[in-house]
Amino acid sequence: MSTDTARSSTESEVSGLDYEETELKLGLPGGARNGAAGSETERKRGFSETVDLTLGGSASQSADSAGAQASAAEKPPAAKARAVGWPPVRNFRKNALKSCTYVKVAVDGAPYLRKVDLEMYGGYEQLLAALQDMFSCFTIRDYQTEKRLVDPVNGTEYVPTYEDKDGDWMLVGDVPWKMFVASCKRIRLMKSSEAVNLAPRGTPGCTNSK
Amino acid sequence: MNYFPEEVLEHIFDFLTSDRDRNNVSTVCQAWYRIERYSRKHVFVGNCYAVRPERMAARFPRLRSLKVKGKHHFADFNLVPPGWGGFLHSWIETAARECPFLEELQLKRMVVLDESLELLAQSIPNLKSLVLISCEGFSTDGLAAIAAHCRVLRELDLLENEVEDRGSQWLSYFPESGTSLVTLNIACLKGEVNAGALERLVSRSPNLRSLRLNRAVSVETLAKILACAPQLVDLGTGSFMLTDRHSDAYHKLYGMFHKCNSLRSMSGFWNAAPHCLPALYPICSNFTVLNLSYAPTIDGSDLMKLIQQCSRLQKLWILDCIGDKGLEVVATTCRELQELRVFPSDPGGAIADVTEEGLVSISSGCKKLSSLLYFCFQMTNAALITVAKNCTRFTCFRLCILDPKKPDPVTDEPLDEGFGAIVRSNKDLRRLSVSGLLSDRVFMYIGKYAERLEMLSIAFAGETDMAMMHVLNGCKSLRKLEIMDSPFGDAALLQDVEKYETMRSLWMSSCDVTLAGCKTLAAKMPRLNVEIMNHRDGTDVDLDDTDKVDKLYVYRTMAGPRSDAPRFVLTL
Repeated sequence: MSTDTARSSTESEVSGLDYEETELKLGLPGGARNGAAGSETERKRGFSETVDLTLGGSASQSADSAGAQASAAEKPPAAKARAVGWPPVRNFRKNALKSCTYVKVAVDGAPYLRKVDLEMYGGYEQLLAALQDMFSCFTIRDYQTEKRLVDPVNGTEYVPTYEDKDGDWMLVGDVPWKMFVASCKRIRLMKSSEAVNLAPRGTPGCTNSK
Repeated sequence: MNYFPEEVLEHIFDFLTSDRDRNNVSTVCQAWYRIERYSRKHVFVGNCYAVRPERMAARFPRLRSLKVKGKHHFADFNLVPPGWGGFLHSWIETAARECPFLEELQLKRMVVLDESLELLAQSIPNLKSLVLISCEGFSTDGLAAIAAHCRVLRELDLLENEVEDRGSQWLSYFPESGTSLVTLNIACLKGEVNAGALERLVSRSPNLRSLRLNRAVSVETLAKILACAPQLVDLGTGSFMLTDRHSDAYHKLYGMFHKCNSLRSMSGFWNAAPHCLPALYPICSNFTVLNLSYAPTIDGSDLMKLIQQCSRLQKLWILDCIGDKGLEVVATTCRELQELRVFPSDPGGAIADVTEEGLVSISSGCKKLSSLLYFCFQMTNAALITVAKNCTRFTCFRLCILDPKKPDPVTDEPLDEGFGAIVRSNKDLRRLSVSGLLSDRVFMYIGKYAERLEMLSIAFAGETDMAMMHVLNGCKSLRKLEIMDSPFGDAALLQDVEKYETMRSLWMSSCDVTLAGCKTLAAKMPRLNVEIMNHRDGTDVDLDDTDKVDKLYVYRTMAGPRSDAPRFVLTL
């Protein structure tokens, strides 16, 4: 943690990392997050086909996108690393914005995005209720193992999915709530017909379902 | 050679409101100096180490209002290590002993201990105003002392401080019989606030005009508070979060806001639910000040709908999620806008949702704009030249391109001509921050044209010592120069050492100055404190003369080297 690179990367992450690491030691699936970045996608049930989805601002959202890396390569490599005090944003402001875990919510076919502050909800139930309220056209339909949002007009079912910190798209509900809050970068309500590539839930032991 | 009796001179001096005019008056002759010092009521100390508090108090025995600043501006961005200094206590001890008329105290970037606040409360019970800005070191216990003892307190303004939370009981310490509070700002407090105590406090503060709540205050509490204080002019909302827009709370809120006809300024919205915002629509057209910069939960589309109603805004702080489109709405709606700040919604990353387009729109619509802070991802020379043509009233122009050394994305050129245009067309510019790829040329422009510039912030800019020399040779009015990560060395530092006595301070971090250079400066200029800090990876480093200095902080002082410097600060 003593080098600046390490500090800035921790700062950019959502709080709750420690919790997640604790979970990791307990051997729970899905939330694996350690140094071995190369093998991570294989261990998880994410699917790569959705990475290039055109959610609003998705290209600019993933901080480590190819573009960012390219521009970093053009600069003297030290510039980023030694940028203590940059950008010049007051600590107070940084902390105030950081303590709020808001993420963008997109709905397939809807032209607009919403934002939710995950810290405001106590669990998945409350989050889904809020999503239902936000996009008022939906009702929640209970299945035995999961909830889906349904548009009663055309019967289209939507599955809540989320992009985790590693850029993988996962099913909402696949990890304990707190882990989800710490890891979720954005939410997408995906048409269930398109969500077939996501591994089914209820197989928590399976880490190689891809 | 006094033609007037002293009483008449004193009366004339009373009309001089600016510190600078009074300073000039005091240098005319012995008699004027004496008359001025006995009649000065307001004193501003821009650097708490530039003068000893005893000296200040002895010179101005009738002092009523005191403003003191502690740490350097770059402390805001983590560049000043914890424990550096800026301690308040000796100032309070002096004030307690020697300033019987003190009523107003404003402190910025100082370490304020609870015992300092307790001493202040007990020794100056007539305190009317306490304003703490970006201070640290105290807790709600210290605030309890102020609330309990300062019974005529009108203003308690806590702006972006780090306050340790020990519960909200302190709010109950204000006098039971009624308070004189006009301004109460507790927006920076982190902990829960007792809703009942807050309501009772507001209901016994009939003069309250400005109230800013912290994020822990719910919409339900807010509605109750507005019911007792419809006279509010300035409101910080607290959380502003409602999960259900059909709830009673929402309808109550809507009804309350409808009655708040005096409201002119709003802030807060910490966790604002976008569907709560329509409650403001009926009174939006009254607003002159709107701070949405702590409201990351509001999307661009909701921001636009809100701002479309706010046609009288003079000051707007907002996050970059408003986007270029949203700024266009600002430009067409807010013709009276004088101050705009656009902050990054993701301060950790190098991403922003606004570009040069948004700034150009603003400049074409808001002709009265005089103060700008703009975080963006990219900027072009063409855009800056257009902005310079459209707006010529800037006194403060701070542009932060998040990616250091980013050139004009269209031409791949440095942004010299763009910033050059800004300094050329804005003759009254007092404060400037430059960023992006910049060569020495832009500093030639700044030195040549920015005659009134008082504060210049430079980061990742310039090519040679010439850049800094241009600034020091020009910029006659420069008071504060702060530089990070720029290739300026000893030649630039030592070129005109006398200049630093005319300035408040110089800061250089991660530049090319060496220990030998700093020693030379210190030896030549005994009335400057030349402080260096070198501690890489948490340990102090012994430097050779040829080694580069991590952080250099130079300031003029009448007090000599300070005695409270920690081990990692070396005063040469």
